[in-house]
Parts: sequence; C-alpha cells; structure tokens
Amino acid sequence: MLELKGISTGYGAAQVLREVSLEVRAGEIHCLLGRNGAGKTTTMKAIAGLLPLWAGAIALDGAEIGPLPAHKVGRTGVGYIPQGRRLWGELTVAQNLEVGLMTRGAGRDVRERVLDLFPRLRERMGQRAQTLSGGEQQMLATARALCVEPKVLLLDEPTEGLQPSMIAAIRDVIVRMRGAGVAILLVELRIDAVLAVADRVTFLENGRARETWAAAELRGRHEVIDRYLGV
Amino acid sequence: MRLPGRAAAGNVAGMEFGPYLMLATLEGAVTAAVLALTAVGLSLVFGIMRVVNVAHGEFFMLGAVLAWWVASWFGGHAAIGFVAAAVLAPLLVGALAALADVTVLKRVDYDPERTIVVTIGLLYVIQQVVLMTYGPEARPVEPPFNARLALPWVEWGESGPALYWPWGLSTTSYKLFVIGAAAVVLAAVWLLMRHTRIGLVLRATQMDGEMAQVFGIPVERVYAFTFGLGAALAALGAVLIVPIQQAHYLMGGDPLLLSFIVVIIGGLGSLPGTVVAALLIGLSDGIISVFFSPTLAKILATLLVALVLVFRPQGLFGTRAA
Ligand SMILES: Nc1ncnc2c1ncn2[C@@H]1O[C@H](COP(=O)(O)OP(=O)(O)O)[C@@H](O)[C@H]1O
Ligand SMILES: [Mg+2]
Repeated sequence: MLELKGISTGYGAAQVLREVSLEVRAGEIHCLLGRNGAGKTTTMKAIAGLLPLWAGAIALDGAEIGPLPAHKVGRTGVGYIPQGRRLWGELTVAQNLEVGLMTRGAGRDVRERVLDLFPRLRERMGQRAQTLSGGEQQMLATARALCVEPKVLLLDEPTEGLQPSMIAAIRDVIVRMRGAGVAILLVELRIDAVLAVADRVTFLENGRARETWAAAELRGRHEVIDRYLGV
Repeated sequence: MRLPGRAAAGNVAGMEFGPYLMLATLEGAVTAAVLALTAVGLSLVFGIMRVVNVAHGEFFMLGAVLAWWVASWFGGHAAIGFVAAAVLAPLLVGALAALADVTVLKRVDYDPERTIVVTIGLLYVIQQVVLMTYGPEARPVEPPFNARLALPWVEWGESGPALYWPWGLSTTSYKLFVIGAAAVVLAAVWLLMRHTRIGLVLRATQMDGEMAQVFGIPVERVYAFTFGLGAALAALGAVLIVPIQQAHYLMGGDPLLLSFIVVIIGGLGSLPGTVVAALLIGLSDGIISVFFSPTLAKILATLLVALVLVFRPQGLFGTRAA
C-alpha cells in the first residue's frame, strides 16, 4: 500500500533521514520505534509531502507521491494526525472537520460515520478546538484525518499526555481502521501499547531504518527493544 | 490622509461647540473609513502570510492613479467613470499584487526578513513607474455626485427640543457615501472571513499553514489570493478618497504609516481590532486636528502606539504576542 524506497531528507542543509525504506500494508498497523530525535516525525512529514525528498521514492498503491506538493498528497488519501495534534485552535470542531472533508470532497455521510466513532465531538461541534480537553483534541485530530477517507493513516504519538480511558478510545478507533483495510503507520513510545496492537515494528536509529520485526516475534525480546530504545 | 474639507471646517469661526464637533467627527469618519479599508488589507496580508508589506501604500497610490486613468478614459457622466474605476482599479491592483506574490515573494520563500527587503524594492519600482508614466502632477477624479447637505442640530428652546440648521454645518453626499461604502465593504470582508468556505480556508492557513496543506489546501494559491485581496482593499480605499484628495505618485506614504499604526494598535491580524483602531485613529485625528492642531493629533497617535507597544504588544484586540 505505502512504500518508502530509500528516502533521504532533512531540514535546510541538515540531513535527518538516511535512505529509509519501509512498507506499510493495507490493514496493517506498522509501528515506528526509536529514541527521541531518531527521525520518526521527520519520516511522517516526508510522507505527507511537507519535506522535499533528497533521494528515494514514496509510492501509494504503486503511484509515485514523492514529488507531489503537500496539498496534493492529502488528496491521494494520506490522513495525518501530527504530533501535538495541531488543530486549527480558533476554528470550531465542526470547522476543523469541514476542512478535513474538503480534502477529497467527502460528503455529510462521511462526517456522520466519523462522528459516530467520536460521540463526544458531536456534543461540542460549535466549540473552538482550543477549548477542548487534551483527549477531545486528540479525538478531533483523529476525526479530522478520518474525514479524508484515508488509505494511509499517519499517527504520531497519539496517546501523548492522555488519560487511560482516552488512550483506550483512540486505540479502539485505530484497530477499527485497520479492520477497514487502512494502512496505519504509528509512532508510539509506550512499548506495551505498541506490542498490544502493532502487526509489525520498524526500529529507527539516527535517521536509519535498522530492522523490521513481526510484533508477535518481538514479545519478550527485551534485548532488541533495549538496543534501540534503552538509554 | 489630510482632507481639504478640514481646512474649511477650521474657518467656520463662531460655530457652537456641538455642531463644530459633529463636523469634525464627520471629517474624521471619512478618514477613518478609508483608513479602515487600507489597514484591513495590510492586516489580512500580515495575519495570513506573515508578510510585512512595505509596498502596501503604493498599492493604495496605484489604486488612485488607475482610478484617474479609468475615469478619464471612460468620460461621459462622472458616475460612469467613477463606477468603472471602483470596479477596475481594485481588480487591476489586486491582479498585479497576486503577480508580485508568485513572481517575487514566493521566490524568497516568504522569509520574513527578505520579504521586507523585497517589498521595499516593490515600493520603489511602483513609485518610479508611476512617476515615469503618470507624472508628478496631482490629478482629481470627479465625484459621481457631490450635493452639499446642510445638517441639522438640536437646540433646547422654550418649547422643548427643536431642530435648526447652523450656518456652516454641512457635508457632501459623496462623503457620506464614502463612509457607507467602506462600512459595506468591511462587512463583506467580515462575512467572507467568517461565513464562507474561502474564509475557512484563509483562516486555517493563517492558524497553521502546514496543516492546511496536509488537508489539501493549496497554500501558495491562498497566498496569491490574500496578497491580491489586501492590495485590492487598499486600492478601493484610494478610489473612494480620490474625488476628495487628488491622485499623486507620492500619496502612498501616509496611508502606509497610518495603516501600520492602526494594525499595531488593533492587534496584528485581528479584523475587528483593526476596524476599531482605524475608527479611533481616524476620528481622533479629525477631531483633534479641528479643535487643536494636526500636529497634536499625530503626537497623540504616536504616543498611543508607544503605550500599546510597551503595555500590550499584542495590540488592544490581539490574542497572542506579535
Ligand atoms: N523543524 C526542524 N528544523 C531543524 N531540525 C529539526 C526540525 N525538526 C526536527 N529536527 C531535527 O531532526 C531530528 C529528528 O527529529 P524528529 O523527526 O522530530 O525525531 P523524533 O520524532 O523521532 O523524536 C532531530 O535531530 C531534530 O533535532
Ligand atoms: Mg516526534
């Protein structure tokens, strides 16, 4: 579904990613693990088209999306839930969703289906996004991305700073999206949560993709996890 | 923006305080109306693009000069030329600004420092091109209508309040039209921003342009549109003022300075703040100039800017630090 073939990129002249290759299949939760500063967020920005590719290629359903400007990447069906949520804070919940729907011209039916997943948002449609609680903001960021009717979902630390009940709600939605055949690339620091939902895991170190594991085989392999995440 | 009408008002010696204040307020309201349009243009461009457009006053000037050209080309009744100018001058200036955006501002990647340098260059180029083609003369555009309207004042007589028409208390139908037209256009801009899809796109871009792109918004086109809209508003303000104040290639300086003052006081990027600050500056400028002196009006405005910068740098209506 989504394929990164040796991509390199960075900020200004500073290179961050070095020939990263990975594949996210339809109906798979693929987790990106690595220390702070390893390049996880940078990988997602590169996929979303926010950083120019220095080398390599990105394919979605076999079609090249690497050279597209960011606003056209979203229209191919890439939904992005960025680190820190990055809602349009002064817009209402309804307006945040409306921009999401505009991405690929989705209609009211999509909006209703998304809101069915997050009933709490339905009660707060007229409220400004910045006045929502952290958990509600994460729900809105997720709902906004689902309004794109994504084929690929990029989730960057979705549980950061959330209460356990919110984490469970977000996880349920992610699992449900996997069931619907969406390819999911997830960055998550809590290793237990990762192993509970992920299908495969790729370790990122200093901007390089080192190893990819089936999540089932990784359980109990603390030495592998410690090598990439330990301090 | 000094209005010739103000000098006339100053000559009306012996008028009582009330009517005199009303006259000064009306003159100030005309200044405020045009200033509000111009400053809202500057504020939109800064708010959405984070570009400090030093050439904004030149778009104003270009609007006035094009208004003169269009009006004299059309001939016939003054109203025909004026309406043509009111439509064409903002459109042409807006298109030119959008072109400047894609050819120049985009090239420097909207880098805050380089856009200042680039718009200074643009200011110079526009001014010199107008000087070379239009020349150094000041030229008027005929107002579409200009009836002198005597204004009534209320006086408490023995049999209760009574209306009378003080000598010298008058305005023109055109000045009232300027105030009304500016109010209508400002309301339209507000509706555009708050209640249309274009406004939603502009505001999302303003708040987080990267995320706007992620959700399919072509931010480069939004920028070209915004820069064009901001310039068109300045040009429209100039079209409105040019029957009162003549078109001249150096007329862009005052509106630029006053717009900056208004935008700083109102809060960068806040539309209601910009309008309120324009009213404050325009009206107080009119009133203080008439009762005291134009210099005092400028001193007070400058003092206000200094106070705002020190005690409320985000502006009276701004939400975050600028
Ligand atoms: N906007 C930026 N400008 C310059 N360098 C950046 C920027 N964002 C991240 N970096 C650098 O890129 C590297 C990878 O960052 P990031 O992808 O955010 O890491 P992660 O998400 O894995 O914690 C870090 O060294 C970071 O300092
Ligand atoms: Mg990160």
